[in-house]
Amino acid sequence: MALLEVENLQVHFRTLDGVTRAVDGVSFHVNEGETLAVVGESGCGKSVTAMSILRLVPEPPGRIAGSIRFQGRELLTLSDREMRGIRGNDISMVFQEPMTSLNPVLTVGRQIRETLRLHQGLDNKAATARAVEMLALVGIPDPRQCVRQFPHQLSGGMRQRVMIAIALACNPKLLVADEPTTALDVTIQAQVLGLMQELKRRVGAAIVLITHDLGVVAEVAERVMVMYAGHKVEEAPVAELFRAPLHPYTQGLLGAVPKLGSSLTGAQTRLAEIPGQVPDLKLRIEGCVFAGRCALATDLCRAIAPALEAKAQRHFAACHFAPRAAAAA
Amino acid sequence: MSAPIVTVPPGIAVAPEMPDLWSAVKPPRGVIGFLRRHPTVAVGGMLLLLMVLMAVLAPYLGTVDPTALAPARRTRAPSANFWFGTDMLGRDIYSRVVYGARVSLTVGFAVAALASMTGLAIGLFSGFVRWADAILQRVMDGLMSIPPILLAVALMALTRGSVGSVVAAITIPEIPRVSRLVRSVVLSLRDQPYVDAAVVAGTRTPTIILRHILPNTLAPITVQATYICASAMIVEAILSFIGAGTPPTIPSWGNIMAEGRALWQVKPFIVFFPAAFLSVTVLAVNLLGDGLRDALDPRLAKAL
Amino acid sequence: MSALLEVNDLKKHFPVRSGRFGFGAAWLRAVDGVSLHVDRGETLALVGESGCGKSTVGRAILRLFDITAGQVVLDGRRIDDLPADAMRPLRRRMQAVFQDPFSSLNPRMRVRDIVAEPMRNFALATTRREINQRINVLMDKVRLPRDAVGRWPHEFSGGQRQRIGIARALAAEPDLIVCDEAVSALDVSVKAQIVNLLDDLQQELGLALLFISHDLAIVEHMTHRVAVMYLGKIVEVAPKRNIFAAPRHPYTRALLSAVPVPEPGAARQRIILKGDVPSPINPPAGCRFHTRCPYVFERCRTEEPELRLTGDGRHFAACHLNDLPPAENPMTSAIVAD
Repeated sequence: MALLEVENLQVHFRTLDGVTRAVDGVSFHVNEGETLAVVGESGCGKSVTAMSILRLVPEPPGRIAGSIRFQGRELLTLSDREMRGIRGNDISMVFQEPMTSLNPVLTVGRQIRETLRLHQGLDNKAATARAVEMLALVGIPDPRQCVRQFPHQLSGGMRQRVMIAIALACNPKLLVADEPTTALDVTIQAQVLGLMQELKRRVGAAIVLITHDLGVVAEVAERVMVMYAGHKVEEAPVAELFRAPLHPYTQGLLGAVPKLGSSLTGAQTRLAEIPGQVPDLKLRIEGCVFAGRCALATDLCRAIAPALEAKAQRHFAACHFAPRAAAAA
Repeated sequence: MSAPIVTVPPGIAVAPEMPDLWSAVKPPRGVIGFLRRHPTVAVGGMLLLLMVLMAVLAPYLGTVDPTALAPARRTRAPSANFWFGTDMLGRDIYSRVVYGARVSLTVGFAVAALASMTGLAIGLFSGFVRWADAILQRVMDGLMSIPPILLAVALMALTRGSVGSVVAAITIPEIPRVSRLVRSVVLSLRDQPYVDAAVVAGTRTPTIILRHILPNTLAPITVQATYICASAMIVEAILSFIGAGTPPTIPSWGNIMAEGRALWQVKPFIVFFPAAFLSVTVLAVNLLGDGLRDALDPRLAKAL
Repeated sequence: MSALLEVNDLKKHFPVRSGRFGFGAAWLRAVDGVSLHVDRGETLALVGESGCGKSTVGRAILRLFDITAGQVVLDGRRIDDLPADAMRPLRRRMQAVFQDPFSSLNPRMRVRDIVAEPMRNFALATTRREINQRINVLMDKVRLPRDAVGRWPHEFSGGQRQRIGIARALAAEPDLIVCDEAVSALDVSVKAQIVNLLDDLQQELGLALLFISHDLAIVEHMTHRVAVMYLGKIVEVAPKRNIFAAPRHPYTRALLSAVPVPEPGAARQRIILKGDVPSPINPPAGCRFHTRCPYVFERCRTEEPELRLTGDGRHFAACHLNDLPPAENPMTSAIVAD
């Protein structure tokens, strides 16, 4: 049994402009200790998916359907109280913007202690000791001093480390990281990614990593799933996805990613484009969501939405032409 | 354009149909739609409109001369002839209240308009022209520290009382509040990239203020203007109540209440009716202001 | 032939309140002596991380504020000390595209008016018909549908808004466009579209571009030369190939090695810099990078290195290591060993 099993997840939002189908039938699983990357561009639904795991989606205007099972337990039917017992404890989350995710008027130590006292019932002294331990674990140079500092006294990279420390304080089995390095400078990002690699080994938590950066995916993830317009279009082990992407969107995305050092090989340095733009999620889309921008689209694609199928060993794609697409790639 | 019907060829896997979680909503468009989404605006606006109509159509609403004295029938309780009763000089309270609406609404709207426009001009200038900012802000601070009631009393002493001087007395202390609001909006707008873009595109400063900054200040100003209107009507009533406001020859809700003050325990109807109308009008204006603020705030606008 | 744009020893210091009661003004040295040039028709990429001052350089060139010291020379003419009226007609030659597609367009103006603004200001077209004709041409150039002109900015996506911004910049028929992180806020596939568009426009119109970015990888696809900034100063300037093949400054090397590469399992010789970027209010003495440099030695702590020619004709770097013989220079000997 997988640690986390998501089945046919749907999240729709009703606003004045209409109903937005942010996530529309997404299924995936995460095994213990593995890192699954969820990749996609803005509006694909990856952040909403992450927030629904922790039931952080406001329920009006949103509505959730489907099933999210954690260690066999259905999360979508739990009461608020039961859910609170899971958040920060069994499942933790790290957000994109460390500046706004940390409370500016509480010291770092207090914020770590909060989760420890709540979930593990530690007293002040024990909680502070563990907080110092966590800060050292995430590579903060002077943890004893840091415990007494406020978020604004720390740099962006340090704040993100603090967020990771808070998230890991109660030894969660699953960590959901929503674009954890996007807001950081690239040299700081390198530090934090290195930290995450090391923590994976030491702590053994499973990670759901939400990102749009394929470079980060290649470094950190074991399996990857690609989302587009609220649907999952491809899933594969990481090496396989980069080597032989099957879905035209994934191929387009990989083509559009700039490759460092491309100017040296004398290869074509013009980036491949995906023509057009992401469809409006308020309109119901007939057929394949990507058909409007796909060079291979036919009438079949515009009429019938392809199911996600296994095309190769552990490699799934939702495309009528996937085997052919692989040949053309 | 619907997709052509295609029979599913064998071997093609079709994605399962995902149900709608929400029923389709058709957002009502236009003014009616706006009013339905923002009921406070509708209610407040409606009440205010009623008051305005009442004031404008005063002569046709079954009123008599509000200043006509008839001591023979003083302090009669409300009856079929005198719907709100008569005051200590025999004047018909109903007529006085209806005509009194004119004064209150005039003062409210005039103060709101004058304070907003002056505050807007000062705030725009102050927010955009740095060297003027420090001086103007200190002047505004000074003005704000004058209690409006005191200022009104002083003005009354210097000039002959009239609705005009009441308006002036209430407007002046309100200007700094508006200018501060405008100034803070301007300061935040000044840093917007589209203002930089306008500079780079060669636009002159006055044009930048008029075309790029001003339109974005109108929403907060409108909301603030409604609050000023409500406040001005109450201050006018207070001033009239203490005798420093509208001259007693002109019926105003404050005047009527002032006159009825001595008798209010035995003849409460004299004070009650103007007070009730004043409250309803102020409530209407406040509802309108609150509703507009929610309606015009772009962040709240999208959530249902 | 002189360069189109020349920047000489540019400095911009912002006052920062410190000490009790705001006395004892400290200065935030955002830009502390930057010199560069951009030739006609070429793209210079100005790269660095947040706080290095690259955006400030861009804004100083565009004269969005007054500079503290130094010169900005446009086509042989000094523009940093001109009064506003004299500056205005010169702005025609130097336009900009900004980072945030959502706040760089006035939400209360239609696309038509946004794009027409520079035309009107610089009297490039006066009648309605002329303006509309020019707008249509621009819409075609930036690959937007012509009917977009009557709509409002909020009806468009981020990538489309950037195209509108580019159309606005082109409306003045400039010689130089400053792109201040123009693609940073866009998705991967949209970035590719816009970068390609800018590249095409440059070739078609002979534009010079000053492309400010923190993303080294995207820069590689469309620039001719690269200048790397750190803490208010330029640490390296070179043609594209040189920078990516053989960087001569430890910061550039660290920057290049930090970029995550979309190749799983690629052998990474990653240089992880220790610590955080020092504050620009109190930059380190000597070489500003010495507190984080993996190759730091004694001279670095006391003497600030100058930007000097190293290696071949057009490659400049500010590092003491380049004064050492190549065999002792860890940067060149590592390259040789590769």
